[in-house]
Amino acid sequence: MDITTLLISFVKIVAVVAYFYGLFWVMGIKGKKIQLGKKEFDISILVNIFGVFIGFLLIQLALTPFGSFSILTNFDRGLLFQACSMVMVALGLNLIYGFNGQFSLGQYGFYGIGAYTAADITYRWVNGDSRGLIVVGIGTILGAVVIMLIRKFLTNLRRMPVLSSFTLYLIGSVLAGVVAVFAGKLIAPAINPFLGSALQPGLLNQQVPMYFVFFLAVIFAGIFAAEVSFLFGLPVLSLGSDYFGIATLGFTIVVYTLMVNSDTILPFPEMKGGRGMIGIPKLTTWFWAFLFMMLVIITMRNIIRSSTGRSIMSVREDEIAARSMGIDVAETKLMSFVIGSLFAGIGGGVYAHYIGFLSPGAFDFLVGFNPLIIIVFGGLGSMTGTITASFGWIFFLEGTLREILGKISTEAPSWRYVLYPLTLLLLMLVRPQGLLGSVEWGYLKSKVIPLRKSKNTDEVKSA
Amino acid sequence: MQTISQKQKSIHIVTPNSFLAWIGKFLLILIALFALFVLAKNLIAKPTLFAQNVLDGLKLGFVYALIALGYTMVYGIVKLINFAHGDVFMVGAFVSFFAVEFLGLHVWPIAVFPDINPLLANVLGTITIILLSMVICVLLAITIERVAYKPLRDAPRIAALITAIGVSFFLEYFGLLEFVFSARFIPYKRPFEEMTWYIKDGIHQVEAGVTTPPGSITFSNIFVVIVIATVLAQLFLQYLVRRTKIGIAMRATSFDKPTARLMGINVDQVISFTFGIGAAFAALGGVLFAIAYPSIKTLMGVYPGLKAFVAAVLGGIGSIPGAFVGALIMGQAEILTSAYVSTPMRDAIAFSILIIVLLIRPTGIFGEPEKEKA
Amino acid sequence: MKSLKILSILLIVAFLAAGCGAKAPAELKVAVLAPLSGPVPTFGNSTRDGFLLAVEEWNAKGGVLGMTVVPVVEDSQCTPDPAVNAANKVINQDGVHYIIGEVCSKASIPVSEIANAAGVIQISPTSTNPSVTVDANGVTKGYIFRACFIDPFQGLVGAKFAAENLGAKTAFLMVDQANDYVKGLAEAFKTSFTALGGTIVGEESYTANDTDFSAILAKVADANPDVIYLPDYYNIVNLAAKQAKEKGITAPFMGGDGWDSTDLDVVAAAGGYFTNHYSAEDPRPEVQNFVAAYTAKYGSTPDALATLAYDATNLMFQAITEAGADDTAKVKAALEAITFNGVSGTIKFDASHNPIKSATILKVTADGVKFEAVVNP
Repeated sequence: MDITTLLISFVKIVAVVAYFYGLFWVMGIKGKKIQLGKKEFDISILVNIFGVFIGFLLIQLALTPFGSFSILTNFDRGLLFQACSMVMVALGLNLIYGFNGQFSLGQYGFYGIGAYTAADITYRWVNGDSRGLIVVGIGTILGAVVIMLIRKFLTNLRRMPVLSSFTLYLIGSVLAGVVAVFAGKLIAPAINPFLGSALQPGLLNQQVPMYFVFFLAVIFAGIFAAEVSFLFGLPVLSLGSDYFGIATLGFTIVVYTLMVNSDTILPFPEMKGGRGMIGIPKLTTWFWAFLFMMLVIITMRNIIRSSTGRSIMSVREDEIAARSMGIDVAETKLMSFVIGSLFAGIGGGVYAHYIGFLSPGAFDFLVGFNPLIIIVFGGLGSMTGTITASFGWIFFLEGTLREILGKISTEAPSWRYVLYPLTLLLLMLVRPQGLLGSVEWGYLKSKVIPLRKSKNTDEVKSA
Repeated sequence: MQTISQKQKSIHIVTPNSFLAWIGKFLLILIALFALFVLAKNLIAKPTLFAQNVLDGLKLGFVYALIALGYTMVYGIVKLINFAHGDVFMVGAFVSFFAVEFLGLHVWPIAVFPDINPLLANVLGTITIILLSMVICVLLAITIERVAYKPLRDAPRIAALITAIGVSFFLEYFGLLEFVFSARFIPYKRPFEEMTWYIKDGIHQVEAGVTTPPGSITFSNIFVVIVIATVLAQLFLQYLVRRTKIGIAMRATSFDKPTARLMGINVDQVISFTFGIGAAFAALGGVLFAIAYPSIKTLMGVYPGLKAFVAAVLGGIGSIPGAFVGALIMGQAEILTSAYVSTPMRDAIAFSILIIVLLIRPTGIFGEPEKEKA
Repeated sequence: MKSLKILSILLIVAFLAAGCGAKAPAELKVAVLAPLSGPVPTFGNSTRDGFLLAVEEWNAKGGVLGMTVVPVVEDSQCTPDPAVNAANKVINQDGVHYIIGEVCSKASIPVSEIANAAGVIQISPTSTNPSVTVDANGVTKGYIFRACFIDPFQGLVGAKFAAENLGAKTAFLMVDQANDYVKGLAEAFKTSFTALGGTIVGEESYTANDTDFSAILAKVADANPDVIYLPDYYNIVNLAAKQAKEKGITAPFMGGDGWDSTDLDVVAAAGGYFTNHYSAEDPRPEVQNFVAAYTAKYGSTPDALATLAYDATNLMFQAITEAGADDTAKVKAALEAITFNGVSGTIKFDASHNPIKSATILKVTADGVKFEAVVNP
């Protein structure tokens, strides 16, 4: 066996993980003060921002080719981007499962919804049709407004059956969608002349406006996934833990089936159903991947550290105790589920514009276990663990194993998926609580002392 | 103060019979009426075709029931979704394949007793093969339990779930290697010949190359075998769990592990036993599945496993009659949707039914309501 | 701050080392991307076996232009992400300039975009989706070729054969919506069959993981068509044909090259027809030598995937020989002008880099697969 290959690929994993630890360390620096004249200024926030910027530049530089040589090859670049979208998906799932205790297998469904929505918007935009952006944009915003209004109406009602409120929300969202489609029909012809075709880009579908549309597309895709998760989660979250898991698994399969039939049953011929959607502009650069990932990480960290986050975690620890402390358990579950799906949707948007091709096969329920494996492996309820595990997992499975097995013989690549479950098994047996347990690092570390978890008493009791 | 009193005034309690409470029910009733309408319309239009579809759905449902039994047993005792169950099922099918193809075990009765009744010979041969598969699968399952689940009994439940996924991947992809089962889609040789009959003005045998008259209902001896095997398995399990000592121990373990241990029950042994029983049914299911759908591959356990698991959940996971009923519903749902609603959307509709059933009965049809945490 | 410095140094050293890892090939590296895991590993194994056989034969002859061929095998799982990673790995880490693969169109499409951007020649042995060689705007991807028919051709041939030779008036389609190969063939068959005056009496879909086709077959029995078009792989055909026999359906099944395998259940599918690239009975030396060599090496007769992988690999090597240099731009030009006598027929490329070759129609009988007719494009 080639020792250097082995070494290099392991060093790569370590380096990537170390990079994030460095990043979070810089972001977590506090209390840096500077003496200017007589006054003392707290410049730690500047240090933090500067640190993030340096962190961004470091990888950007490594990706920049000098002649034919770059420190990170396209291979590493691909792994990096996949890991970035995986971080978003897995963090979302960790919020739902790790922090809130709702066993969900539906994360890949929302990931897929996000990917296809964002891809459809930019695909249409590139081909001179602004309807995708307008309809989804108006639809999601209007949908959010309608949902808020209905919520306001419902807060004053007691003992409302959950199915009834679901029906109201459903009717409201469908109406919002219909309005959005009509609005799209009205507005789109006014904008379309400014868009060229794919071969001759017009004023609005190249360069800066294109990237702006991409940004909007990803955000709207995330919000759309969140709204779907709201509608789905509202009735389903009332189920018990494993039943909820199965219902979400069912959701993943429903979404998969819809993707396969997107050109025949759903009215989206450009998605081409099972044949796969081609021609998605590859707009994801390191800047965007990094930006969205950081947005997700910072948002999630702030949620976890707020009182909302503490109520989310208290629901996981003990629902009855949480309820008696005045926490609306159903509300908290729904919120974490919606936010988790929002992250998945954003991750999907980033992924779609990295790979440039979407096929339902990439969102099958079997691959849907990947984020679950990652968060358990990294440690439930640990953001640091999830981020480490996402990168470690992709760089190990797709990087290290490929590089090593490829060197051994022409038969060896068949062993990749034999070694992977063995590694998984061994690691789980050695560290059942996950790589990092619930330890956090640097910026992600909580100010409050974490709840002392006495070796999962709850789990054993119910088992 | 004023705001509070205003808020209190506007609070409205929805009574169970008010319009708002009925909106949700209307939605469900609408869906149910639509489904009934579609079924009734087709039943009237072509009654024999409908009967044929119901029969096909039964066959599928009985196969799912065999696999679902194993899932529900294991879940009932250790609350673990045993993802490796579908792969034990696959191993069972492969063992029987090797027994038929290379050992020729299915013909031993004829070899030993040349003038035996051919039906009896077939029955004996098939039973031998099933027993062999069962023995190997039980050994495999107990090994898996010892290696991958037992060390994690006090760890969080999810850790065991991940090892279950790991074991499942391992069995699938290790089986793919050339020297194990190979990756091929292997045509399976049945231990007995299939015979088909059709019902139209009495029962007739289907002959090769002759088109059956339109409007007839066909069924085969395999269907009969599956029904008999599933019903026997079901009865046996009921007897085991309700009447025997080990069954009582199993129920005690399922109810409260520490107390069961205090009562002198060897919990570890009971759990291993449960895994063994589950694997035996998986093996039986695997052999019958391969006989019914004679093409085997190492990934064959994934989807039947998933469907059977969903069936178990539908019926109320942990409940043995529940698994049976859930599987029958799942079989009918699949066949009837693809027959009368839409084939491309079949899975989506089958899983939507699952979600709707769970919304009405949150712990499945036969499931006990979840206990509040003390 | 100190630890940060150490970290950044470590990082740079690591990536420098990683970048320098793969350098200076003294040989000709050719990669095969095959789904060795994922949903269809058996196709991956066949593809890899066909590829390795061709490599071995060329190396025995003294290599390509005197260079020893070094095969690189990667698992691409028939799924976009792993396929992209595998392609990036062989291009960037191994320094490969020639790729054979992927099998599935949904994996070949993203790979083709990467290969074309990197100027790496890719010949997909079996991906039938037109989008593999042509991008969303209808522009041919310069470096991407394929060795198989595209969907419309096989569908057309099948429809023509059904309507003219079998005299079928009605046909029933069974389609796997999630499989672009099946879907493409079925659509092409539908268009051609209707144009030839036939009627499609029903179209039903299943999924690749289905084992029970009784609901669909009940509809088939009810519609009583002249032929059933099921252009899927042999595993589905085995199950569906068997269940059809059990239901007393006697209408023949028809399909495409996915049927070609020793694991096709000839008893169940007896009476069926399928379009293929060649017949194993064909006396041409290419066919006979290949079948003999493959059987000697792997102990089984080759299926369509192994044959096409073998052809694609030979095609690549012949093009490199004709180009006279390990230079992808020249090889690309050579491929565009090539006339290649392969096992699966004589291959020439059209403007969209699809091969122009004749199709063979084979008949399945209980004693094996027999030659029926040749249809020229």
